[in-house]
Amino acid sequence: MIDKFKSRKRTEKIFRAACFGLTFFSVLILVVLLFHITMTGHKYLSWEFLTNWPSRFPHKAGIKAGIWGTIWLISITACISIPIGVLSALFLEEYKIRGKLGKVIEINVANLAGVPSIVYGLLGLTIFVRYCGFDRSLLSGAMTLSLLIMPVIIVSSREAIKAVPDAIRFGAYALGASKYQVVFGHVLPIALPGILTGVILALSRAIGETAPLIIIGALTYISYTPESVMDEFTVLPLQIYNWASRPNEEFHYLAAGGIIVLLAVMMSMNFIAVMIRQRASKKVKL
Amino acid sequence: MNQETVMTCRNVNIFYGEKQAVFDVNLDILKNKVTAIIGPSGCGKSTLLRSLNRMNDFVPSFSMNGEINFDGRDVLKSDPMEVRTRIGMVFQKPNPFPKSIYNNIIWGPKIHGHKVNYDELVESSLRSAALWDEVKDRLHDSALDLSGGQQQRLCIARTVAMKPEVILMDEPCSALDPRSTIRIEDLINDLREEYSIAIVTHNMQQAARVSDYTAFFYEGELIEYGVTDGIFTNPKEKRTEDYITGRFG
Repeated sequence: MIDKFKSRKRTEKIFRAACFGLTFFSVLILVVLLFHITMTGHKYLSWEFLTNWPSRFPHKAGIKAGIWGTIWLISITACISIPIGVLSALFLEEYKIRGKLGKVIEINVANLAGVPSIVYGLLGLTIFVRYCGFDRSLLSGAMTLSLLIMPVIIVSSREAIKAVPDAIRFGAYALGASKYQVVFGHVLPIALPGILTGVILALSRAIGETAPLIIIGALTYISYTPESVMDEFTVLPLQIYNWASRPNEEFHYLAAGGIIVLLAVMMSMNFIAVMIRQRASKKVKL
Repeated sequence: MNQETVMTCRNVNIFYGEKQAVFDVNLDILKNKVTAIIGPSGCGKSTLLRSLNRMNDFVPSFSMNGEINFDGRDVLKSDPMEVRTRIGMVFQKPNPFPKSIYNNIIWGPKIHGHKVNYDELVESSLRSAALWDEVKDRLHDSALDLSGGQQQRLCIARTVAMKPEVILMDEPCSALDPRSTIRIEDLINDLREEYSIAIVTHNMQQAARVSDYTAFFYEGELIEYGVTDGIFTNPKEKRTEDYITGRFG
């Protein structure tokens, strides 16, 4: 008996050490990466870096076009993908379609979330750029990215809606409420923090996307800020990609600087998502 | 029993898919009386109760036939939202909305566009649910901060605020401690002045304490129905007697 417990305890210890080691390893990689990027990029980080146009002289180059392009692109993407994604999730969860059709839609949405982003780029190129004639505009880019993140928004919103206790719905129905009143009076407000978390994470994924935007032909050298959704544009990751692929080493430092800015933006978005989730988890428990 | 009835079930059969849960039930809910529905688990008592205000509509495999008459109309052929407005329901587990106490009460009247003074409605509803004195100073606090018993009384207040004609209670005390249970039972006693109540319970003492009439269900059939005193002191059916004396169930 005693022996058995001893060997169990030993296994327990080994398992714990293995878990700790692997966790530490992944954190370590991140730290090394961040350290390396900061070391290479810090010397170009300055106010001018944020406000200058791109240039063929490294010391004059900046990411103003990238920043503005990213802001425009993400804002438009949010305007397109959030309403469609959240309403689709509501429809799928609350107005359940039974039988085969419901299953087909469900599996499709789940699968779409796993499609490589470059495939969405090709889709965007064919439909939005060529067929709809939006050209290589912000609108094409935003619609392509919306396609890309919509499945993610739908899946996470559905989870948030599913987590709303049925007891709340029945309580409201028992007062003679209609489905619409139940959904907008109770389900959506309760699910909102969860939905927002998913939306923010999806948008922060969209900010980092490069491949689909290259496919639809977003530019890398732009020296103006967009003024309408039909304007051509560039974004931060494209700018970084462009710099990183140049032979002149100075540009690699610029790329590192751009990466720092991009990481800062994404991390603050993720931080906001975590904050929202923590505040929400205190609220509803039944 | 020459009492005024508010609801009449005639030949009600209820099915979940292929399985029949309630068999050919005839039952009257009497005005300003408390009718208790008792029986062992799975005997179809909750199923019948939930059919009275169309709450079974949400169960996909549910179907039923027969007639449930309420105010001269068949519940099954009426608009479920109207039915539920006039027949309120209190559930097994307290389910207050994650809103303030005040907003819990007025949500129902608000969505129906009732033009009333909300402050007065909140006070009168909370008073009739015997909760006013405990919460009058914190009406705008979250309902989730209340104790389980208080939450259940809030749910009763929320139902009362709709001024229904009938209140259905589905084992309203099963999630509560004994003290809270007694408070709810006292409350049911008072509520019968204004409302007709049907209460499902598997606590026989509770049925004996609060109800005027008792219906005993067994395996989906209504075995015996009559004045509560009669059922408990002098049951006509062997199975009723066995159940209330604790020989099974």
